[in-house]
Formats: sequence, C-alpha cells, structure tokens
Amino acid sequence: MVTRRELLLGTAGGWLLQRVRAGEAALSDAADTLTALAGKKPLIRRAFRPPNFETPLADLAAPFTRNDAFFVRYHLAVIPRVDPGTWRLQIAGASAQHPLTLSLRELRSGFEQVSVAAVNQCAGNRRGLFTPRVPGVQWGSGAMGNALWRGVRLRDVLHRAGVAPDALEVVFDGADSPILPATPDFLKSLPVERALDENTLIAFEMNGQPLPHWNGAPARLVVPGWVGTYWVKHLTAIRIEPKAFDGFWMKAAYRVPTGAFPGSRFTTQENAETTPVTELMVNSLITSHVSGARLRRGERAELAGQAWDGGAGIEGVEVSADRGQSWRDAALQRDLGRFAWRGFRFALDTSRAGPLEMAVRARSRGGAKQPDTLTPNPSGYHDNIVQSVSLEVG
Amino acid sequence: MKAARRRAPLLLLSLAPAGACGLLWAAAGEEAVRLKDAPGRDLTTGRCILCHSLEYIPSNAPAMNRAAWQKSIQKMKERFGAPITDEEAKQILDYLDGSYSGKS
Ligand code: HEC
Repeated sequence: MVTRRELLLGTAGGWLLQRVRAGEAALSDAADTLTALAGKKPLIRRAFRPPNFETPLADLAAPFTRNDAFFVRYHLAVIPRVDPGTWRLQIAGASAQHPLTLSLRELRSGFEQVSVAAVNQCAGNRRGLFTPRVPGVQWGSGAMGNALWRGVRLRDVLHRAGVAPDALEVVFDGADSPILPATPDFLKSLPVERALDENTLIAFEMNGQPLPHWNGAPARLVVPGWVGTYWVKHLTAIRIEPKAFDGFWMKAAYRVPTGAFPGSRFTTQENAETTPVTELMVNSLITSHVSGARLRRGERAELAGQAWDGGAGIEGVEVSADRGQSWRDAALQRDLGRFAWRGFRFALDTSRAGPLEMAVRARSRGGAKQPDTLTPNPSGYHDNIVQSVSLEVG
Repeated sequence: MKAARRRAPLLLLSLAPAGACGLLWAAAGEEAVRLKDAPGRDLTTGRCILCHSLEYIPSNAPAMNRAAWQKSIQKMKERFGAPITDEEAKQILDYLDGSYSGKS
C-alpha cells in the first residue's frame, strides 16, 4: 500500500525541507516514506541525518537520472554548504612533487574539460533485499543513478602536482565531517593507477547543471565503473602518497571477502581475509513493472529497465518467461557509453490470462552474467542476482 | 575535512524524554522518529541520537538479534567513539534486544 500521509516538515537549521506529499512513490516503494531535501523532489527516506535518500523506481526509467531525483548518501552528519567562490582544492602528499591549491575557476579553466556518462551506484544498493539480512542502511534498488558528469581529468590535475615514481595511493577528503572528533572522518583512497585512469574525473557538473549540494557541490570525484563510496563529494583535499592509506573507511569498512568477487583488485589494501569492494558487478533493474502489477489481456505492454556493469559495457539482456528454462534477447536502447547503463525493452505476451513471471539477466561484454544466487558477505554488497517480477494478466 | 571546520559541541543534547528536542544537529523532521516505549528508551534515545537520527535503529531491526546489537553497540563505542559507559551499554542492549530484534 502506498502511504498517503502528508508530512509537514519544519525548516529548523535551514537544513532540509519543504512541505511534501508522501505517496507519489513507485508501486514498489509501498511502505516507504517520501521526504524532500532542499532542492530535491521527494525521495525514499532511509535516514534524516545523515541524509540517506533513495531514488524511487519510476525515476530510474529515464536514460539519465534527474539531478533532483538522484540518490543522496552520507555517513557523517556535518555537511557544510560550500561557497564555490572561496572553495579551494589542495593537492599535496608525500609523493606530490609540487603541491598546489586550485580555486574552482582555476580548476575549470586550467585543464581540458571532459564528460563521461556513468552509473553511480552505492556499494550497499539493495542491502535491504539481502538474505540473510545484514545491518547497514537498508537500501532498496534506488541507491543508484546514471548521469552525464562533466569536469576535468583527475590525472591532469595530479600531473600538475607531479606524481613521484613511488606514489602508491591517492587519498581524497571532502568537506563533510563527523559530529564527534572521535568518529573517523570520511576519507577514501584509490590505487594510483585508477586515479591516473583517463576516465576518473573531478566533476563539477551533472547532467549539464552545477552539481547539486547533496551530490557533492562544488566538485566531486567520479570513478566510472567503481562503487559510489570512492566518488568523494565536496572534495577539499587530495594527497598523493607512497604508502597504503590506513583510515577506517578503507581498512575496516567497504570490504568484501578476498577472492569472493571478480573485477579489479585494490592490492595495496588487500589482506588474506578481506579486500575493498571495487568494481560494479553486471546487473539489471526492471523499471517498468513491480511484482503484483496487473495487465489487461491483449494489452500491448513492454517490460523495460536498465542494465549496467563495471565498464566492459552491456552486450545483451535476456528475458525468461518460464523461470529460466529458456531466454530470449531483449532489445537494447541507445548506447550511452560503457560506464552508463543500457536501457532494454521486451514485448510482454498478454494473450493468455494468468500469472506471468518475468526474469531478466544481463551479460557484459566481458562475458560476465548475472548469477542466480547471492555471494554472502557481511556488509551485503554486490547483490546482482537475476531479478524477476510476478505479473498477472486478466 | 579537519576539525577546525567542525561546529561546536553537541552535548547540548537534552536527555529529556522527548529526546530529539534539544539536539543541536537534528535535521528538520527527525523529531517525529521515536523509539518504542519500554524501559531503557530514554537512555537509548539520548545515547544513540548523537551522530545520526534514530531511524538507524528500527530500520535495522530485521537484521538484528541480541548478539548483533551487542556487536553494533560495541562498534558505535569503539570505532565511532560513542560516549556510552559499560553500565549504560548493558541497559541499552536489553532495550534494543527487547524492542528491535527482528532477525528470524
Ligand atoms: C559517535 C557517533 C555515534 C553514536 C553516538 C552512535 N552511532 Fe550508530 N553509527 C555511527 C556512524 C558514523 C554510523 C555509519 C553511518 C552510515 O554509514 O550511514 C553508524 C551506523 C549505525 C547503524 C547501521 C549499521 C552500521 O554499523 O553501520 C546502526 C544500527 C547504529 N549506528 C546504531 C546505533 C545505536 C544503537 C547507537 C546507540 C547505542 C548508536 N548507533 C550511536 C555513529 C554513531
């Protein structure tokens, strides 16, 4: 059932909100409460503070996810509004040969500007669907979105600062900070090779607009193909370092069992038991229907959704109407680039009354396919199992 | 980001039954989130509302049992620096286990 409650939310601290209607949720978001952060449309609220808001399914159907519908994810609750005029980005560290500081104007005008279409997906997306259940923000399927990111190559900025031959990792800090100094600040690192990859950007625009505050204004990291935890928002400092960074959010959080998943490895952060979660796994999401939807007999209807992976690109999407015994190819929509998601469509057979169970499975150009079973891991990452919806014709 | 940016302390927290009311960092609207009424609620509210809104507790109930709550409280103390005494932790554990252990 859809909640029809109207929430009247105050404006204490100037922090959030406006008057919003709960209830415009997609069908799947049934008991979820919608709340609007300033500048955002009502999103599925996972937590008020720090703000953790999920995109409703209906908003994931478009090729590019609107800025005002894009999910919001923070770990720490002190989130200053950064003034783009006084904002500075510092690039330093023991392996930086000529440390420097850039204003937003210098960043924009001093380097070649480039764009990349890429999925930003939280590592914990779908955690709330994991079995057995695991603690953490209980995300549904909407801690993700696809956007056109514009900025400058991190590589160009790092080269301006001079990357010494002994550089091992690059460490990123954003303007957000913890309420208690005892709580580890949110800093992330990347292997130097990934930091120097031509697709890794310092972005200041999203879908042709300046980054929204809640998505990291005035500049954020964009690491196409890697999970959202590396896409540090409100970037303030970058350090090029000759050793592995040992902050809490690298050493103790965002880790999976070593060897459990395919994809890029982050070897300088790996140990015998665990390793950082890195690349997105091949995955898909049905956006047109949710289980329980009814179709009229003879109606023309299409199953549609998105498919994506960690950057090989989507080769095909298959659909099964017989619980996986046979599969047929769905039509793919326009290719927006190998880091973006790829829309798919498949005509539903509504000629007979009765239940219709549709399963969807994506396959990457790297040969990876969505699995049927979850790979257990304590934080509930990488839920990319084949999804199905139970529809009813009649 | 460094400590210089951090705003003044928090312990403006009121531990009054209403819990959220005196909280410096409360986000608008979060005062509507209340924990279940049972012995230990006020203490739990007071200690657990410092760094995040209370939704983290009910939303995680399906993933929790007594052992998981014990681990969680320990994580809040040891990893995140939650100021909670051992005696308080015991009472909070009894409350959370009694009210929010939903793991089957
Ligand atoms: C000193 C700050 C602080 C205090 C006090 C605190 N927490 Fe947390 N808690 C955190 C942080 C930081 C996170 C991670 C938030 C995120 O990733 O969204 C967290 C996350 C959680 C989670 C999600 C699971 C996880 O481990 O990430 C639960 C459940 C939780 N806290 C429960 C509690 C309870 C119960 C209390 C009171 C006993 C409490 N917290 C007090 C800082 C704190």
